[in-house]
Amino acid sequence: MPITSYLAHPHEGKQQELLEELSAIEACDAVPAQNRDVIALVTATESKEEEAQLKIQLETIKSLKLLAMVSGFNTPKNA
Amino acid sequence: MYQSVQTNRRDFIKKMAMLSAMTAAAGMFPGIIFAEEQERGIPTGAQLDWKKAPCRFCGVGCGVLIGTENGKAVAVKGDPKSPVNKGLCCVKGYHSIMAMYGKDRLTKPLVKKNGRYVETSMQEALDLVASKMQETIEEHGKDAVSIYGSGQWTIPDGYVASKLFKGCIGTNNVEANARLCMASAVTGFLTSFGIDEPMGCYEDIDHADTFVLWGNNMAEMHPVLFSRLLDQRLKRGVKIIDFATRTTRTSMAADKSIIFNPQTDLAVANAICHEIINNGWMNNAFVQEHCNFRKGLTNMGYGLEDNYKFTDKPEPVSLKEYKKFLEDYTPEKVSKLSGVSVKDIKYLAAHYGDPNKKVMSLWCMGMNQHTRGTWINNLVYNIHLLTGKISSPGNSPFSLTGQPSACGTVREVGTLTHKLPHGVVMNKEHREFAAKIWDVPAENIAPKPTYHTVEMFRALDRGDIRFMWIQVTNPMVTMPKLKRYRDGAKKEGRFIVVSDIYPTPTTDIADVILPSAMWVEREGMYGNSERRTQYFEQMVEPPGEAMSDTMQLIEVAKRMGFEKQFYYKDETHIEEIYNEYRRHHDNKKHNMAPLEVLKTQPGAMWPYVDGKETKWRFNAKYDPACSNGKDFHFYGKKDGKAIIWQRPYEPAAEEPDAEFPFWLGTGRVVEHWHTGSMTRRIPVLHQAMPHAYVELHPEDAKRMQIRTGDSVKLTTRRGEITLPASVNERGVPAPMQVFVPFFDENMLINDITLDSFCPISKEPDYKKCAVKVEKA
Ligand code: SF4
Repeated sequence: MPITSYLAHPHEGKQQELLEELSAIEACDAVPAQNRDVIALVTATESKEEEAQLKIQLETIKSLKLLAMVSGFNTPKNA
Repeated sequence: MYQSVQTNRRDFIKKMAMLSAMTAAAGMFPGIIFAEEQERGIPTGAQLDWKKAPCRFCGVGCGVLIGTENGKAVAVKGDPKSPVNKGLCCVKGYHSIMAMYGKDRLTKPLVKKNGRYVETSMQEALDLVASKMQETIEEHGKDAVSIYGSGQWTIPDGYVASKLFKGCIGTNNVEANARLCMASAVTGFLTSFGIDEPMGCYEDIDHADTFVLWGNNMAEMHPVLFSRLLDQRLKRGVKIIDFATRTTRTSMAADKSIIFNPQTDLAVANAICHEIINNGWMNNAFVQEHCNFRKGLTNMGYGLEDNYKFTDKPEPVSLKEYKKFLEDYTPEKVSKLSGVSVKDIKYLAAHYGDPNKKVMSLWCMGMNQHTRGTWINNLVYNIHLLTGKISSPGNSPFSLTGQPSACGTVREVGTLTHKLPHGVVMNKEHREFAAKIWDVPAENIAPKPTYHTVEMFRALDRGDIRFMWIQVTNPMVTMPKLKRYRDGAKKEGRFIVVSDIYPTPTTDIADVILPSAMWVEREGMYGNSERRTQYFEQMVEPPGEAMSDTMQLIEVAKRMGFEKQFYYKDETHIEEIYNEYRRHHDNKKHNMAPLEVLKTQPGAMWPYVDGKETKWRFNAKYDPACSNGKDFHFYGKKDGKAIIWQRPYEPAAEEPDAEFPFWLGTGRVVEHWHTGSMTRRIPVLHQAMPHAYVELHPEDAKRMQIRTGDSVKLTTRRGEITLPASVNERGVPAPMQVFVPFFDENMLINDITLDSFCPISKEPDYKKCAVKVEKA
């Protein structure tokens, strides 16, 4: 049950677009900074495989310039 | 994170993950705001009552708004009306209210009986403190009792402590932990200008073209101010130069990072002065009109022995003699010593020397925690005085503070052994002036200072001091060469009282532990780095029997027979104390704003004269205390002139050698505030930075086959400690240097640091000693 946090940096002027795209993904929880172009992102998936797939999906988002991982957590399945 | 009940573990971890991301963001973009997250913490449908306060943590003194509901503080946001932070907050300020709600808050007084702590009532505990203090005075004399406070004391706390000990009991055994962080800044100001605290203010940031950070990791230690620098770079293309011994987040964000060998800042500052004079960049008219040249004693020693004493003997020198002295500090000579290239020394000098550039120098612990701390403060002032870049918007040597009221309480109230709220104990007129306001005979105030902090703990070890009351500070984590002072405090026949909000290694040595009310659980004021006094009202009730430090002192004073001097009424005591305190500063050079003003606005800078704060002191255009008819008036000195000091480079007290070949430096991290007693109880901050570590240079690590996380043993002449390694993570020390943060009470780095100090300021040097580094 991996939970991972990232800082998602949008391309210039694309903060809102990136936020909308991230928010549309069920496994993602996105919080935009109010005064800087960066989004705090947490992903919560069921398995390592699912997480790897999600990562691939995230990297295809056009408004995303850079996804920097901050921390990874693992929780027992029935938590 | 503001709700105390978490729905389930997975949600909790998601929340943690989100907050770690935000913490990381705060490190990269100081002052970043995640408004949505703030709102999310607020209970739905909440009817919040928002009130202003200064932040509880650092000396930047950001204004915050605290939202309370049903008697609990539930949300914090930056105060958009505060000129300090303009609505921004760093990760610590943003989570500050959580420091009030740790599970193990002290709520009941505890008295040690037969080696165990027993709960008692506040009344009984205060009776015991008063009677023990009286008994000690009768048996061992008044200089056997002492109080050790802090730059987190509110102004009223420090004021009543000084009045009780200096005015009523008659001992100058009053010290505060600001001796460990700000004392060199104070002696720097006093020796150069004759009066303490910065001449400029934060508004200088909006005017300066170049910022030189002298050993100051502002991105982590003063994040909101640093974000104002970055903001100016975006808007105006200003230059930020990081001059340090270690590569930090500040270096990475700066336009230029210059690394120097420890202690050689003294030589580089002199080389900059050499260049200024040699290139004809000296502002001759300013220097002639407003400056004198002096030299003092050299080879002063390092205070390593008990009862060490030093008094400087200033002597006039001519400009010609000063120029001759600087010949030893050519960029070429200094480059060899400092490791800074000739080109970089000239680069720094050119920024200061360019008449079209306004320059702000900023510093904090790097220059203050230095065995020649007073000297290096003097030398940076020399640069600004030689070029006339001082006391005007954007031209500003600016010493920053680490605690919320290091300036307000320790420096302005004067809670140091030699100080009075106005002036010093050595001066008869000053003693008489204080005694009149305190309503005590002038003879009560002893004319000689007693012990500065390190010597006070040595006196406790020797048995010269028998009773110590420690309030709102954690010396059993912060004292250098800690083991000696911990063992000393535990000796038979010592009585230690500790007032705090959580158990700490310092409460572990206490005979009586008094639970304190913190921050907005009581009323008070703090004074920040820019001379801004900020008021906060009581917003929530303290837990259990917790009581403000002010009230604890008043109660003990009354029990000791000083009812007349401690006449304050319960409901109005803070107002009465502040009004009494203002009388000490009732003059154009230091007048404090009335309480009504502080209640209605986010603080006011002193001198507050005719309803206006003074932004730039000593400049006749802005400062009504200037009276010499000239453009500048350094009125702290009798002749109105500032001093340019001839101060040489001298080596550190202990330098690396064959047996201990590395330098050891210590410091802080953005997540934790000082000893971590509050921030380690805030889950997101603790999670983001759970324990201390030792940073190594990657080449050293490679040679010793050490990787991040490996155990590393550090050994100094004081002892040894083992910590996990950190390689190429947050900070990167220079080769043959290591860095350890001191926030972690489970890895007490101060057990192995050295208690050398600046002979003038008596401030210890936590940045330099020799250490052996081994893979454990
Ligand atoms: S910069 Fe200092 S005063 Fe401002 S919010 Fe952070 S800790 Fe508080």
